[in-house]
Amino acid sequence: MAEVRMTGISISFGLEKAVADVTMTVPDGAFVVLLGPTGAGKTTTLRLISGLERPDTGQIHINGRVVNNETPAQRNVAMVFQQYSLYPHLSVRENLAFPLRSPILRTPEDQIARKVGEVAEVLQISHKLDNKATELSGGEMQRVSIGRALVRDPAIYLMDEPLSSLDAKLRADLRIELKRIHANLGATLLYVTHDQIEAMTMATHVGVLDHGRLVQFGTPRQIYENPASLYVAGRLGLPRINALPATLFGAPPAGASTIGLRPEHIAHDGGKEALVKRIEHLGDQTRLHLSLEGHDLVTLTDVHTKLKPGDRLPVQPRNPLFFDAAGDRVA
Amino acid sequence: MSGYSITEPSRRQKWVAGTLVVLYALITIMPLIWIITTGFKSPVDSISYPPKVLFEPSLEGYVNLFTTRTRVSPEQLAQLPPPKRWYEEIVRNRDMVIAGPSRYGERFMNSVIIGFGSTFLSVFLGTLAAYAFSRFKVPLKDDLLFFILSTRMMPPIAVAIPIFLMFRKLGLSDTHLGMILLYTAVNISLAVWLLKGFIDEIPREYEEAALIDGYTRFQAFYKVVLPQAATGIASTAIFCLIFAWNEYAFAVLLTSGTAQTAPPFIPTIIGVGGQDWPAVAAGATLFLLPVMIFTIFLRKHLLRGITFGAVRK
Ligand SMILES: Nc1ncnc2c1ncn2[C@@H]1O[C@H](COP(=O)(O)OP(=O)(O)OP(=O)(O)O)[C@@H](O)[C@H]1O
Ligand SMILES: [Mg+2]
Repeated sequence: MAEVRMTGISISFGLEKAVADVTMTVPDGAFVVLLGPTGAGKTTTLRLISGLERPDTGQIHINGRVVNNETPAQRNVAMVFQQYSLYPHLSVRENLAFPLRSPILRTPEDQIARKVGEVAEVLQISHKLDNKATELSGGEMQRVSIGRALVRDPAIYLMDEPLSSLDAKLRADLRIELKRIHANLGATLLYVTHDQIEAMTMATHVGVLDHGRLVQFGTPRQIYENPASLYVAGRLGLPRINALPATLFGAPPAGASTIGLRPEHIAHDGGKEALVKRIEHLGDQTRLHLSLEGHDLVTLTDVHTKLKPGDRLPVQPRNPLFFDAAGDRVA
Repeated sequence: MSGYSITEPSRRQKWVAGTLVVLYALITIMPLIWIITTGFKSPVDSISYPPKVLFEPSLEGYVNLFTTRTRVSPEQLAQLPPPKRWYEEIVRNRDMVIAGPSRYGERFMNSVIIGFGSTFLSVFLGTLAAYAFSRFKVPLKDDLLFFILSTRMMPPIAVAIPIFLMFRKLGLSDTHLGMILLYTAVNISLAVWLLKGFIDEIPREYEEAALIDGYTRFQAFYKVVLPQAATGIASTAIFCLIFAWNEYAFAVLLTSGTAQTAPPFIPTIIGVGGQDWPAVAAGATLFLLPVMIFTIFLRKHLLRGITFGAVRK
C-alpha cells in the first residue's frame, strides 16, 4: 500500500478540460471518496492515476516515485471500472484469476485457487464461480469486478461507483466488507460514489470535484459541516441543502447573498410562518415540503408527525451557512 | 426451457421462414447437385438427352481425373496380365491403360498452399492493422483507411499487365510466394475494413482492465481482444479464402508450370481424350470441398454470435 500524490494535473479532451490543475494527496492507508456530479472528472481522475490516460501537465507520484511514464502494469494499481470490465469469454473463476496469472504476478495455481475462493466468499459469489461472465446479473457482475481488484495487493485500489447496481442489503454488506478490508489490510482506496452513506461511512477523506477542479478536500465531517461553497454543500446531505435569499430571515453577514439551510439548521420554535405543501414518508425519515414567501424549502420532521398539507409551521434558521453571489462561503 | 420472450418469433413465423429458406436452398443447390452427380456418371450418361436423373454410378470420372491414360489395341490388351486394381479395370474397359498420375493432385495442393497461405497472411496482417486503426491515434487515419479501401475500387485484373511485368522482373512469376502475395494484396483491404468493424465493437475497457491487471498491450490484445474478435476473424477468413480459392484470371496469367492452381487446370481436363465431362465434374466437386470444410469448421464461431454482454450499467 502506498501514498498517491497528484500535483498540478490537467488533461483536456479537445477544448474541454476534464481535469484542471488538480493537486491532491491520497495518504497511505486512506479511504478517499471523490464526489461530483456527472461529467465532473471523477472517472478521468482514476484513469490518470492508473495510467490509462496521460496528463497534459503535472506529475503523479505513487509511493514517492514519479509514475508519469510508467505503464498501467508497472504502476501496480487495481481498478474497478464503472462499466464493462468482465471478460465475457471467461468464466467467473477465470475472471477472478486473470490478474493473478499476469506476467507480473505469476501466482502459483494453488495460491490462485485459495485467493479466488476467499474473495468469492467475501463477495457472496462462490456459487457462480463456474458461470460464464455473461451469465450473471448486473449486481453479480459488479461483485466480480470488485473481486478482480480484491484478489490483488496493489499500491492503491481505484473504484468507480463499484456498488451502484446492488440492492440495499448487499450494498450494506459490501460497504462493511470494504471498510473491513481497508482497516485490516491497511489498503489505500480512491473511491467514486454518488451515495451519501458510502461517502460518510467509509471515507477518511472526501474530495469534491467541480468541472475538473478539486474544490474541497477534507474529512467527511469537514465537507458536510464546513463546506467551502454552496456547490460543495450540495454534494452531501439528504434532503439537499436549501438555498434561499440571504435576506429572508433578517440582516445577513456582509457579502452574503444566499443562506444555506440543511434540515438541522431549521428550527420550528418561532420565526416566519411557512405553509406545509406536502409530506413524504420515507420510512426512516419524513420529509416536509414547505413554502416560505414563495420559496420552496425541504426539511425533516418527526417520523410520526401529525402535520398535514395546508398546516402552518414556524421556521427560523439556527447556525445556517452563508454564501456570496459566486457561491463561496462567507460565514 | 419454457421461457417465453416477446422478441422470439412464433412457431408459425419460424415455420414459414424455414420453408422459404429450404425452398431457396433447394433452388440454389440444383447446379451443385448436377455437378456432383455428373461426377459419378459414365461419359455416355453424362451427355445423354434427355438428361438421366437415375443412372448407374461409376467412378470413371474420378479415375480419369487422377490419371493419364493411353489407348492400346485389343490384341495388346489381351496380352497384358489381368488388372490388379479396380481402377485399372475401369480404364481397360475403355481399351486403355494407365500411363501415370495426372497433375490434378499437384494443382489441388497448389490451390491449398496459395489459398490458405494468402488467407492466413491477409487475416494476420489485417487483424494487426485493424487493431491499430481501431485503438491508436494514427496520423491521417481516415486518409489511410480510404487509401486501403481505394485499392479495391478498380478491378484487380485491370492492373494485370503491370503486375505480370513486375512479377517477371522480381522472379515471382509462377511461384507460390508470388501468388500468395498477390492474393493477400487483393484481400487485405477487405480484411482491414471488416476486422476494424468487429474490433471497434469490442469495448476498450476490456483491454484497459487487462493493462491494469498487469498485462502488456500485446498480451491484452492476444488474451482479450482476439478471443472476442473470433467471429469477425472467422468470417473474414472465409471471405478471403473464397476469393483466393476461386481466383481464375491471375492464375491463368501468372502461373503455368509449378504454381498453377486448380481453377485454370480443371478446364484443361476436357481436352484429354474427348469431352470427359465426368472427370471435369469430379475435379470441380473435389475443388468445392476445402472451402466447404473450412466454413463448417469455423461455423461455431460464426454462429456463436456476438457476446457483447453489457457487463455493467
Ligand atoms: N475519452 C474521452 N474523450 C472525450 N471526452 C472525454 C473522454 N473521457 C471523458 N471525457 C469528458 O471529460 C469529462 C469528465 O468525464 P468523466 O468520465 O471523468 O466524468 P465522471 O465524473 O466520471 O462522470 P460520471 O459520474 O457520469 O461517471 C466529461 O465532460 C466527458 O465528456
Ligand atoms: Mg464516471
